[in-house]
Amino acid sequence: MDENIIKIDSVRFYWSKKSRFKIFVPNFEINKGEKVLLLGESGSGKTTLLSLICGFLNPLSGSISINGSTINKLSSKTKDEHRADNIGIIFQQFNLLPYANVIDNIVLPLYFSKVRSANVTNQRESALNLCKQLRLPDDIDQYKASSLSVGQQQRVAVARALIGNPSLVIADEPTSSLDTDAQQIFLDLMFEQISNNKSTLLMVSHDRSLAKRFDRLIDINEVLTRED
Amino acid sequence: MLLKLSLSSLYARLVTVGMTVIAISFSLMLYMSVEKLRTSAYTSFTDTISQTDLIIGARASSVQLMLYSVFRIGNATNNITWESYLDVVNKEEVDWAVPISLGDSHKGFRVMGTNKDFFARYKYRGGQSINIDKGYLFEDLYDVVLGAGVAEKLGYDIDTPLIVAHGLQSFSEHDDQPFRVSGILEKTGTPVDNTVIVSLAAIEAIHVDWSTGAKIPGQETPIEEIRKMDLTPKNITAALIGVKSKLTIFNLQRWINEYPEEAMTAILPGAALQELWRVVGVVENLLLGISIVVIFTTLIGMTAIMFSSLSERRREMAIWRAMGASPRTVVGLLMLEAIFISVLSILLSVILLFFSLSILQPWIDYNYGILVNVEMLSLRDMYVFMTFIFASILVSLLPAIRAYWFSINDGMTIKI
Repeated sequence: MDENIIKIDSVRFYWSKKSRFKIFVPNFEINKGEKVLLLGESGSGKTTLLSLICGFLNPLSGSISINGSTINKLSSKTKDEHRADNIGIIFQQFNLLPYANVIDNIVLPLYFSKVRSANVTNQRESALNLCKQLRLPDDIDQYKASSLSVGQQQRVAVARALIGNPSLVIADEPTSSLDTDAQQIFLDLMFEQISNNKSTLLMVSHDRSLAKRFDRLIDINEVLTRED
Repeated sequence: MLLKLSLSSLYARLVTVGMTVIAISFSLMLYMSVEKLRTSAYTSFTDTISQTDLIIGARASSVQLMLYSVFRIGNATNNITWESYLDVVNKEEVDWAVPISLGDSHKGFRVMGTNKDFFARYKYRGGQSINIDKGYLFEDLYDVVLGAGVAEKLGYDIDTPLIVAHGLQSFSEHDDQPFRVSGILEKTGTPVDNTVIVSLAAIEAIHVDWSTGAKIPGQETPIEEIRKMDLTPKNITAALIGVKSKLTIFNLQRWINEYPEEAMTAILPGAALQELWRVVGVVENLLLGISIVVIFTTLIGMTAIMFSSLSERRREMAIWRAMGASPRTVVGLLMLEAIFISVLSILLSVILLFFSLSILQPWIDYNYGILVNVEMLSLRDMYVFMTFIFASILVSLLPAIRAYWFSINDGMTIKI
């Protein structure tokens, strides 16, 4: 059981009874340390699945277990804590608080997670260290998040997702706002860091060409069925 | 950390937040200055006369008697005879009495005939006496003493000659008997400032050749002759009375009101001032009401601004949630913002208030005779501030609840 970082069993979800958008996930498992690419077009239910895994949404039935705890049984407060402790999230874009400086953005999850902040002795130093390894400028701590390029912002988001070594990193189309060259550089750096951290990666994309970097490729349609 | 980020978030929206703060602080300042003016006007008003136990005059309402005898507004309905006045003065309860004779004017300023006791007995602002600033009180029959406001506005100094006009807006002047300024009083902030004071005998003297409000044609008594005449007044307008024992005030008042030989009224200045204030105070209450409405309007404005910034901040809230912040924390951040905006507005409004008051104070004092006290904030102000902060928390609940729903429903979706 401990082998699975994500284990979803017979999960059913819809917004409301009238909603045309109803999904059913019979069984979905990801092992610890795996790097998984989840393929799917927009509107296929990817984001809903990620929201369920992160605990933003509650399934109507079934169970979702993340790193050993069944999150749909937790109170919303513990669920938020659980998310802070276990999951680093990278969004498609607009990852950072534009008004805060880069370092504050990176160390923000540590504020909400005791577990992750216990893994970090010097917050500023390890944030700077991550920045360095992600090839961000040396004087990155002088920047406001809003003054960075999109590519740099996404790399800062990686640093934020990885600080304090969460066991799972979830990335929702992190490269879609980057051009091809920047995509490759970004993915190289992200993979390097995730391997260093021995984290599990679940990345969502519609770009099949990225598959070669991953341990496993899953089509969203194999994971969930739509019940219209 | 949260506080720091919340502050930098506000700082990033400096223009919007700044305008909100300015709007709120102006409305708060409006409220506070109305409140300050109101209390200052009230104290100035009720401090106009003190330590006088009774004011007597011809039968009239207490407000009317107060208005013409102390504030020199309006006219006396009638005079009281000198004999009646002496009857009152000779009552054993009476400690002192100052007769007042009104009716003439000089360039729009009221001329008041009285005796030197007036300067010793008339007290204002809790027992302050009138002091002479320049010159001396009237020695000669044709000496006048000017209130500070009269001297200042007319540019008069010691020895300036002046002519008293008969009545208040009349073209007939007592030009045959010119006066000269013998003294100028210090500023008091009371109607005394705008009064030309002469002796009772002088009032009598300028009316020697007059009968029932008009000059008797062809009759002109030389000044030398007038000086030799007995100038004891036949009538006076009103009188200020002090009693020996406060316990006898009501008895004396009743005695005067029931005086059989002439219809007289005796009023308690304090009670009459209160009654008068109830009439005047309506305007102030109206102003106060308006400024409270203004505060509410700006609070609603603040809520509107928070609402409109919500959509752009929806992304930001998704980030907070992804980091592990609970929906409550997100709501807390919004409320913190509202509290910060209101505290900042309060500080700014206090600065604005003291700044504008210290600039406007001399002007208000000069033009309206109201001394606005630029002092520390009262407990009542603090209470108002606390209420305001509480109200701003309350109104910020609306956008905060909306944000709560956003942050629950948005999940991983970042709205663009």
